[in-house]
Amino acid sequence: MNDIAGFDDPLLIAEGWKNEGRDVALATVIETWGSAPRPVGSHLVIDGEGNFHGSVSGGCVEGAVITEAMDVIGSGSSRMLEFGVADETAWRVGLSCGGRIRVYVEKVA
Amino acid sequence: MRIEILKQLNEAKRARRAAILVTDLATGEDRLALEGEALDGVSTDALNKAFLSGKSGLVEEGGKSFFLNVHVPPPRIVVIGAVHISQALAAMAPVAGFDLEIIDPRTAFATPERFAGVKLTADWPEDVLKESPLDAFTALVAVTHDPKIDDYPLVSALKTGCFYIGALGSRKTHAKRVERLKEAGCTDAQIARISAPIGLDIGASTPGEIAVAILGDIIQALRKRAIGAGA
Repeated sequence: MNDIAGFDDPLLIAEGWKNEGRDVALATVIETWGSAPRPVGSHLVIDGEGNFHGSVSGGCVEGAVITEAMDVIGSGSSRMLEFGVADETAWRVGLSCGGRIRVYVEKVA
Repeated sequence: MRIEILKQLNEAKRARRAAILVTDLATGEDRLALEGEALDGVSTDALNKAFLSGKSGLVEEGGKSFFLNVHVPPPRIVVIGAVHISQALAAMAPVAGFDLEIIDPRTAFATPERFAGVKLTADWPEDVLKESPLDAFTALVAVTHDPKIDDYPLVSALKTGCFYIGALGSRKTHAKRVERLKEAGCTDAQIARISAPIGLDIGASTPGEIAVAILGDIIQALRKRAIGAGA
C-alpha cells in the first residue's frame, strides 16, 4: 500500500519534474521473493541527468536501476529488471539481504 | 506511463480517494481504476480484492499479465471526546496504522497532559470539521455521551459515508440518539450503520478493553467494506 505521502512522494516529484520540462523515468517494484527491503509498489523516480528520489531496495541496487532508467529515457521503451543473490551480477549489485526483486522501469511520457 | 495518468493518480491521492494504477506489462499501457469503478480486461473481483487488502501485486487475466499498484489513503480515526477510552485508543491506533485525532470542546478533558503526543483540539466538532472534513477513509468514534457534542459529527459522518461510525452509550441512550438523528434528517439505513453499543462484542469491560473492541471494529469495517455500494 502506498500511503498518501507529503512532498517526498516519488509520484508527486515525477509530476513536478515533468512540469519543469525534465525527462523522467519511473521504476516500480513489481515482485519480491524472500526478504526484500522495499515492498511491492515502491517507486524510484529518475530524471535525464541521473537525479533520483525514492527507493526500490534501500540502496542495494539503485545505482544499476538509475543507469537502466537513463537508457529507458533515451530509448522510450520500458524494461523489466531482476536482481537477486542468485544472479551473476549479484557480486556487483546484489541484495545483501538475500532476497530477489523484479523492477519495472518506464518512461513518463 | 502517460503523464495524464500520473496526474489523475496524484489528484486521486490528494483527494483521499482509493485508486489502482493498472499496468499491462506486455504493452506498458497504464490505466487508472478508482474504487467502485470497473475496468475492461481486469475483473472487478481482482480490483476489489486489491482495494480491500491494500496490497499491490501481479494478476494474470485473459492471458495477460497486469501489475496492480494500489493507492489507498491512510485511514484516520477522529474521536469525539477526550475521555479515558480515547487515551487508550490514542496509544493503540498508531500501532495498527491509523492516524488519530481527538476533538472535545471541554477544556477540562482536552488537556495536553492527558494526551501527550496526540493531535488534540479543544473546540467544537462543527468548527474543527469545517477545517478538516470527514471522508470515506475516516472512522468517526463518538464517546462523550453528550448529544450537544456527539450529534453533529455523527450526522456529518453519516452524510459523508465514513467507513466506520461508532457511538458510545447504552441501548437506551442509543434509542434516544436514533430519534434525534431521524429528526436531523438521517435515514434508517444511514442510522443502521452506526456501531452502537460501540465496538466488537468481546465483553470489554475496562477503558483499555473497550478501546481494543473499537479498534477491532474499525479494522473490520475497513477491510470488509462494501465496494461499489457507494457512500
